[in-house]
Amino acid sequence: MDNFEPKIVAFCCNWCSYAGADLAGTSRIQYSPNIRIIRVMCSGRVSPLFVLKALSIGADGVLILGCHPGDCHYIEGNYKTLRRIPLLKKMLKQFGVEEERLRLEWVSASEGAKFAEVANNYTQAIKNLGPSSLAPSK
Amino acid sequence: MVKLKIALYWAASCGGCDIATLAIGDKILKLTEVADIVFWPVGIDFKYADVEKMPDKSIDACLFNGAIRTSENEHIAKLLRAKSKLMIAYGSCSYEGCIPGLSNFYDRKTTFERVYIENPTTDNPKKILPQTKVKVPEGELEIPEFYDTVKTLAQIVDVDYFVPGCPPEEKTTWLALEALITGKLPPKGAVISHSVKAVCDECPRKKEEKKIKKFYRPYEIVPDPERCLLEQGLLCYGVATRGGCGALCPQANMPCTGCYGPVEGVIDQGAHFLSALASIIDSNEPEEIQRIIDDIPDPAGTFYRYSLPDSLLRRAKIR
Repeated sequence: MDNFEPKIVAFCCNWCSYAGADLAGTSRIQYSPNIRIIRVMCSGRVSPLFVLKALSIGADGVLILGCHPGDCHYIEGNYKTLRRIPLLKKMLKQFGVEEERLRLEWVSASEGAKFAEVANNYTQAIKNLGPSSLAPSK
Repeated sequence: MVKLKIALYWAASCGGCDIATLAIGDKILKLTEVADIVFWPVGIDFKYADVEKMPDKSIDACLFNGAIRTSENEHIAKLLRAKSKLMIAYGSCSYEGCIPGLSNFYDRKTTFERVYIENPTTDNPKKILPQTKVKVPEGELEIPEFYDTVKTLAQIVDVDYFVPGCPPEEKTTWLALEALITGKLPPKGAVISHSVKAVCDECPRKKEEKKIKKFYRPYEIVPDPERCLLEQGLLCYGVATRGGCGALCPQANMPCTGCYGPVEGVIDQGAHFLSALASIIDSNEPEEIQRIIDDIPDPAGTFYRYSLPDSLLRRAKIR
């Protein structure tokens, strides 16, 4: 599919990554419009449920962005995310979901350029992967 | 007083739920004082044709156990829904899909190949697979269609109440039957159990801080009889499972496997347990975390042991 435009849900933590996305915006850095940002208070707030829900209703990829390890506003929320994501990926593999459909990255409030880079990279990775067909069977 | 009319049915299930209904012991006499059983394939010789002749809504309550796996299951679920005032999903199979639902990691083709061809104890050199229709000298025979995806009862018909458990404990069964007999019914859609909280709430084991360096499978260690099983590295599902069972398994040194379904308000039990479990891994180093996770050989099958058809994804994608 040449003109495949993936739908990507990005969960951004309020304190670092959302501020990073904001900085990308105010700095007029252009990045892929495929990213749909959902602001959460902490990457640790992103229950695996949110990822499954996004995938089950048609997201082609899910990006979770949090503060760098050690920088969490809530001290260890992002460490919980760091532990959950590999287990969730392992489980999703058993559901026939490619590992790349879920990615965890650290973006701080000062990294507007990195936010844009991650957004563009991930969009390209999902474009290469093609659409997800995980919607529940009828 | 006019007696209540009760029907019991089994769809894709092991038969354990039918035994569980009898496990109420002498209370069954109290039940028969106020209720007549009008249909119960495992116990009484009634035919589907008898049910078809009953007027609509003439059965007061139907206790339906078993998941929906074949066209026959679906047909009878719809028939009994039409004939019954109350439809009760009895047991984990009809509530969440349970063990039959695990075949949603496969489809009909891969299931048939495994069962009728690859299975080492199966002798089937002609590779014959079940067909819905077959011609014999006497005419055409028909058997129900086997579906690709196992579904819960509520995905097929409107369900009034859910009774959790694999199988439901005696006291849970009686709680449901008592509500029927006394007419003091909970709000529609309720999951009938003595607890809305997690199994841990009823578990007498000593609970301290949960930090896990290594996960064990039950045969690998002899657990301390006093301490929380999860803290000892066993995948005890109590934290993400509705109580009401009395935490029987952890008290017998076996980790909870999650048969009472999610606690009140949770929509995907597996995701809930995954979240809780991963959070207590005692490491901040990606390589070590990966090593600890490698101790869990089958996360999807463990987290969705009883609830795959009722989960958000419902089934695996088959390539």
